[in-house]
Amino acid sequence: MAIKRTLGVVAAVTATALLLAGCSTGSSTSSSKPKGTITVLTNRTDLVKTTFVTYAKEFEKAYPGTTVKFQAITNYEGDVAVRLNSKNYGDVLDIPNSVKPNQLPEFFVPFGTVSALGKTWRFIHQEAYNGKVYGISTFGNAQGIVYNKKIWAQAGLTGPAKSTSEFIADLKKIKANTSAIPYYTNYKDQWPLSQWQGNIGIEGNTNANNALTGSDAPWTPGQPQYIADNLLFNLVKDKLTEPDPTTTDWNTSKTLIGSGKIATMLLGSWAISQMQAAAVTAGGKASDIGYLPFPYQKNGTFYSTISSDYTLGVSKYSKNRVTAEAWVQWFNTKSGFAASQGAIAPQVGSANPSTLADFTTDKVKYVEENPAPAGKESLQQNIASAAQIDLSGYVYRQKLVDIARGAASGSESAYFAQLNSEWKAAKATATP
Amino acid sequence: MSQLTPISPGAALPLRIAGSRAETASREGLASGEPRRSPRRRSLAPWLYLIVPLAFLLTFTYVPAANLIWYSFTSWDGFDQTKTYVGFDNYISIFSKPQFFAVFFVSLYYIGASVVQLVVAMYFATILSFKTRFRSVFKGVLFFPYLLNGVAIGFIFLYLYQAGGTLDTVLNDVGLSALKTQWLGNSHAINFSLAATSIWRYMGLNFVLFLGAIQSIPEDVYEAAELDGANSWQRFRYVIAPSIRRIISLSFILAIAGSLSVFEIPFIMTGGSNGSTTFVIQTVQTAFVYHLVGLASAFGVVLLVIVIIVTFIQRRLVPDEKSDEDGAEL
Repeated sequence: MAIKRTLGVVAAVTATALLLAGCSTGSSTSSSKPKGTITVLTNRTDLVKTTFVTYAKEFEKAYPGTTVKFQAITNYEGDVAVRLNSKNYGDVLDIPNSVKPNQLPEFFVPFGTVSALGKTWRFIHQEAYNGKVYGISTFGNAQGIVYNKKIWAQAGLTGPAKSTSEFIADLKKIKANTSAIPYYTNYKDQWPLSQWQGNIGIEGNTNANNALTGSDAPWTPGQPQYIADNLLFNLVKDKLTEPDPTTTDWNTSKTLIGSGKIATMLLGSWAISQMQAAAVTAGGKASDIGYLPFPYQKNGTFYSTISSDYTLGVSKYSKNRVTAEAWVQWFNTKSGFAASQGAIAPQVGSANPSTLADFTTDKVKYVEENPAPAGKESLQQNIASAAQIDLSGYVYRQKLVDIARGAASGSESAYFAQLNSEWKAAKATATP
Repeated sequence: MSQLTPISPGAALPLRIAGSRAETASREGLASGEPRRSPRRRSLAPWLYLIVPLAFLLTFTYVPAANLIWYSFTSWDGFDQTKTYVGFDNYISIFSKPQFFAVFFVSLYYIGASVVQLVVAMYFATILSFKTRFRSVFKGVLFFPYLLNGVAIGFIFLYLYQAGGTLDTVLNDVGLSALKTQWLGNSHAINFSLAATSIWRYMGLNFVLFLGAIQSIPEDVYEAAELDGANSWQRFRYVIAPSIRRIISLSFILAIAGSLSVFEIPFIMTGGSNGSTTFVIQTVQTAFVYHLVGLASAFGVVLLVIVIIVTFIQRRLVPDEKSDEDGAEL
């Protein structure tokens, strides 16, 4: 036993030493023409056999002598975070959200400075550290509520709700006058609950996310965090949501909203085209699906927070950086990927996509949150981890839903007080 | 060794016999004064055979376990290239936050379920160890769930428990629709639903273990019992139960250790929502949602220690030796 134990420790130490040694290696860039093979990791399992193959062919045509291979990963966040431990995580990849800004230089190659690249690219702060950019946005999303227009009309509703109480009154009308489920949480699939966090800028405050980091009590009436979570709580409490949230299914929910069995779902604008497709499959029209701003106005204006979807980064261990960087450039400018997703294109000054036509009608203003100040880039994630409040996850919102529907003990005010005190305690100890 | 293997033409010997002959031959070789090299080679030989399994054991059991212990003393997030040593910080935070242990309350449902599971398994094993019609079919049916993949079982039961799913339909059809509830949505029902799934899945294994043990009891003991006029209950109580005591004890250890570390079924079916979080789900969330791999590793170590303690207590309460003596008395 003793020998085995020692061996184990020795092996662990060796493994760690090898991992640590990985830090110091890094190859230099040579400025030559793109050629050879690159591997691209992607979360788009739905597109990898179709659209992406076409992209690869076009790229290989534009840069003869190159080959692009894809690896589509279903559980992208979890699997890729583990793969970062190796040196083998492809040449180009979507940067996992769990990588904190100060860790970016450990894994990725900088593309250039924020000030230089910011002239051509939007969402440049998304994956930046120390003034350097490590990820270029594939496309941007606005935040809002996907809804079925037919159901909306059937309940006699016109136009978007201007406040959360108005929105709840609207959904009560839907419940009374139609057979649709007014709001669908998609509780079981977990990640749809994280979409609520995207609405941090509903007051039109570009500094709202930093204010959240700095706040001792984000779950206080008037704060954006409270406004959004309180709306979710009330939707569930007033029984405007699916009767059994524990057996929901994301793919079914698309069909249900398409066919008018669900009235609304709060999701990023990336979801619009998917729901429109589902409406067509269900025998309806793409125009049945519309997009509402979050029911909150500041001085008579709706605000929608825009942020980047995944950004593309180049692995520090890539043996073919030139081609990898060429792919990032080509994919984000020439492929037409953002347009195919009905999303906001990553270039500065790009036109509003047609999916967001409703927002143009409602005169919704877009808000892009400021990056965290230098030296505090990872602070919010560190506080959230230490407090075990997964802002961009699902655990704490599932608990909120459970309290609202009476499945867990407690009250909204007690739960928010608990979240506030945990946040404050974690803030006191968290390192930036 | 190959030169020692006798190859006798015309004798198509099975492999095992050939091996034993080889051994005899080598022993003879020793007796007739072969060089000293031979015993040394013999002492090395078992290790040579063991290289592969030992390498697997080290690589896949001891090295990860040692790593786990090392990680539990760091604040590692799961992928950062540096792991900062933080001493006992993770352990201190585990033992200073009672909510981390509150999840063990959920284990009580599974411990209760494992008692039911063992009793049911024992019942079926006893019945099916005697002559019963369609015995083999029943054996197959009872063992079958254990062969299914846990993920598949999770999905099967998800459909069973869905609102308007199989269970609700059956209850409607037999006129018991008053019993209907949200099997996973009702916070009072969810852990019973999940524990029932767990019984369905693991009962087959206990059943086979018990059945095998019961069938190894010599036939004449039953005959003697029958001659003495023992009824079926007495036969179970005084013949079967003492004879398979060791297996029962083992099953209890496995069941309790299993109940403390329930994972697959609740994780697939509910993801730990609605008050169904178990200790292992909490550990997984800590590691992969909050990216506190150091703290999660400490959870793993704590669970290991708890299981060892529970097993130790259990072994002290029902020692193995006693069961042997009982067997001897019979």
